[in-house]
Amino acid sequence: MMVERCKGCRDLSPEEMGRFRFIEGAFRDCCLGWGFSEVKTPTLEYLHLFTATGTLTPAMLGKVYSFLDWDGWSGQRVVLRPDGTIPLARFYIDNMAGKGLAKLFYVTNIFRFEETGTEARERWQGGVELIGVASPLADVALISMALEAMSRFGVKGVELRLSHAGVIRSLLAKLRLSLREQARILDQILDGDSEALARLKSERPRLGKALTSLLDLKGESSGVLKEARATFSQSFPEIESHMDNLISIVDLLGAMGYRYQIDIASGRGFEYYTGVIFQLFVGEDKVGGGGRYDALIPLMGGGDIPASGFALYFDHLMDLVAPVASCRGKTQRILIRATSEDIKRGFDIARRLREAGYVTELQLEDQGPTDARWFLELQAEAPVYVVTDLVKHQKLELGTADELMRLLGEGDVNQDSLT
Amino acid sequence: MSIKIALPKGRLLAETNALLSQAGWGLGGYHEKARLYRLRSEAFPGLSAKIFNERDIPVQVAIGNYDLGICGLDWVDELLVKYPSSTMVTVRDLGYGEGALHTVGSNLGRAISSLEEVCSRTDVIRIASEYPNLAESWALKLRLKRFSIFSLWGGAEAYPPEGAELALIPGRRGQKLFGYGLVSWDEVKSYRAVLIANRDSWETKGLGRLQASLEDVLASGDWCPPPAEVTGASLANKPYLSRETDEGVVWLALPDGHQQQPTVSLLNKAGIQIDDYPSASGNRRPVANLDGVAVKVIRPQDMPLQVANGNFDLAITGRDWIREHLYQFPSSPVAELLDLKFGRVKLVAVISQGVAVSDIEGLRRLSEGQPKPLRVASEYVNIADKYARDNHLGMYRIVPTWGASEAFLPEDADLLIENTQTGRTLAKHNLKIIDTLGESSACLIGNSRGVFSDAKKARMDAIVSALRTVVEGV
Repeated sequence: MMVERCKGCRDLSPEEMGRFRFIEGAFRDCCLGWGFSEVKTPTLEYLHLFTATGTLTPAMLGKVYSFLDWDGWSGQRVVLRPDGTIPLARFYIDNMAGKGLAKLFYVTNIFRFEETGTEARERWQGGVELIGVASPLADVALISMALEAMSRFGVKGVELRLSHAGVIRSLLAKLRLSLREQARILDQILDGDSEALARLKSERPRLGKALTSLLDLKGESSGVLKEARATFSQSFPEIESHMDNLISIVDLLGAMGYRYQIDIASGRGFEYYTGVIFQLFVGEDKVGGGGRYDALIPLMGGGDIPASGFALYFDHLMDLVAPVASCRGKTQRILIRATSEDIKRGFDIARRLREAGYVTELQLEDQGPTDARWFLELQAEAPVYVVTDLVKHQKLELGTADELMRLLGEGDVNQDSLT
Repeated sequence: MSIKIALPKGRLLAETNALLSQAGWGLGGYHEKARLYRLRSEAFPGLSAKIFNERDIPVQVAIGNYDLGICGLDWVDELLVKYPSSTMVTVRDLGYGEGALHTVGSNLGRAISSLEEVCSRTDVIRIASEYPNLAESWALKLRLKRFSIFSLWGGAEAYPPEGAELALIPGRRGQKLFGYGLVSWDEVKSYRAVLIANRDSWETKGLGRLQASLEDVLASGDWCPPPAEVTGASLANKPYLSRETDEGVVWLALPDGHQQQPTVSLLNKAGIQIDDYPSASGNRRPVANLDGVAVKVIRPQDMPLQVANGNFDLAITGRDWIREHLYQFPSSPVAELLDLKFGRVKLVAVISQGVAVSDIEGLRRLSEGQPKPLRVASEYVNIADKYARDNHLGMYRIVPTWGASEAFLPEDADLLIENTQTGRTLAKHNLKIIDTLGESSACLIGNSRGVFSDAKKARMDAIVSALRTVVEGV
């Protein structure tokens, strides 16, 4: 039989799982600390959940894993969840409608086909959704929360890039393109074609120079935005509210001392976004992103509920965190050897030790005591407990389990010096 | 070096045959009535050909069973739209077999007034097609909010408006009107016959000489393909009952293909006359002499799914196709109402005479040590899949086929799940039966969870009991 891992899928080794759990734990602690509650949604959802809003691009939808379920004779397809936010919005509509503000987070895998098989088709992310609030302060709080999580992971050099879906959409509307053309360009931007806007400018040289300069808008302070707003306040009033929204977010970020880059034309993956879009980069690696999606819940029939959120990409972050950060200290590992006659006593003492916070392993066959601090041998006759400190190379003989617990407790006092 | 090409049956056969003859390939026996599917070239040593259903050809070339293939670009796109990383290259447009795929809807009954309306609707838009991947891609591109694709064996033009809002069907380029009151809402893509190649073969096997021989013909002034078979022929609008006008109408599905004759004689014995069935013009909406009964002629393979969805109340199909459907959808409400006792076949597991095992256990043992998966070819993909699972075939792959499956063994499949009446065709192809999965015969099916008005129930009961009287003689 040929053993083969599914193309585009990844195993996580014990070492990688250590880093994964560290990130997951730090992310959960951060979210709980901000007063958010964890939820989980199913791996399978109906395909129409993702098509119904009309927000996801055909190219993205063409990469979902969809199939007919065992009862799918009506042609209703199910998908392996390709996204975290839409299922959360469904969860809100299903379970929390009418309850107003919801602060939710999740850790989940998402599935999207990737053609070459060299990148992951199953990815892991932690996501946060703040549902029921529309203020710039809410957006800033989410950005601050994402950056705090990054700092809890110990990830350095995180760059914050900002754009605004409302600004991009009003620009496309202003360019007097046909509806079909608008949709095409928008899809290209959403699918990550950063040249789409540049091509548009060269194809349509008659587009106002001033207008297209908006597309190139870049900067590190709200000054450039304020300037642009002043320039367009007469000729392009539709953009004003979006610019004001972005300016107030940027000003708040500035007041809090955050550094950021404004880059209006960057928009990959902002499919359902309507307001600010923020992306987190470490070097060229995008490690997270989010934004405001006020139209999503209304489009899904959940009423006029604004929302914003973000996701952090655990697969990318795993390569950026220190490998040992999550491992439990060696001081708490104990290898136990018990003969078959003593097996009950062996299991009993092992359970008592685990309850006291130790990691206990029963010696199986010829397993050597390689990564344990302590080696405990159970004997039929006195002394019934023989403990070896494998760091200090000391052997102690004990008569009762209580003595053993006391001894190990004293060992713990010195654990810092032993690791 | 051996080179293998997959050649099409059906709509492209005459022109392809003319092209290859003029190019001097010397493939005798490539014609519509061909009974043997394997051909050898007299002109090019090492070149062999096999005749396939056109729909099979891109798959066969992509998986590397064939180096070259000729088929319509529509079938190439149907594969590539779903599997873009497929190892297949389109070598050349051959210039003949032109047509276009259209999304059509009915301008009668529950009419759709525009494509914009389709896009904005939030209820389910049902699209019937032999091209399910292209239909799905089209629906996604138009951002349809909610849709279901009915993947069909054929006869998609018979579905709108009652059985589907839209159908994706082949027609001519620029064609606006189709039969049965259908209009084209969108010309999705045009196609012609193309020469395709497996990418590895194309890069390593030196296929240039064969291509050059085709180029010579296509570039010469003498090349004049025989007149094309007209596809998407416009049928006159036939009057038919619409579901909106009478909820009590019973929808009856009758089979196309070789079961038509026995079906007609059974119906006639039961006192049911159907005008224009079997139809010389391919009419899919013949008229019955029964009040309140509307008839459509569709593929028997497609009937269980349609009955499950309430598009038909009664249908005459085969037990094999109910079984195939129920293996895929165990909770489906389709039920057999009456064994019609004609069209008896056995479902069998078949291997090549050249394989020295006599039962499925032997085949399983033989395949255990092999590095490659066992290839199980069948028109019945769900029956074949279950059979492979039940017999612990380990590493296996199902190769779906669209007819003439017996030609797949031994080179393109290792095991075949097929139906047979007498076993003679199998023997002629040097095959042997190693297991019998069951028997099948024609039957009348219905929806066990359907809710019907009294009037409708009475009409259905009348049909069932008339047929029962004939087949059971009571």
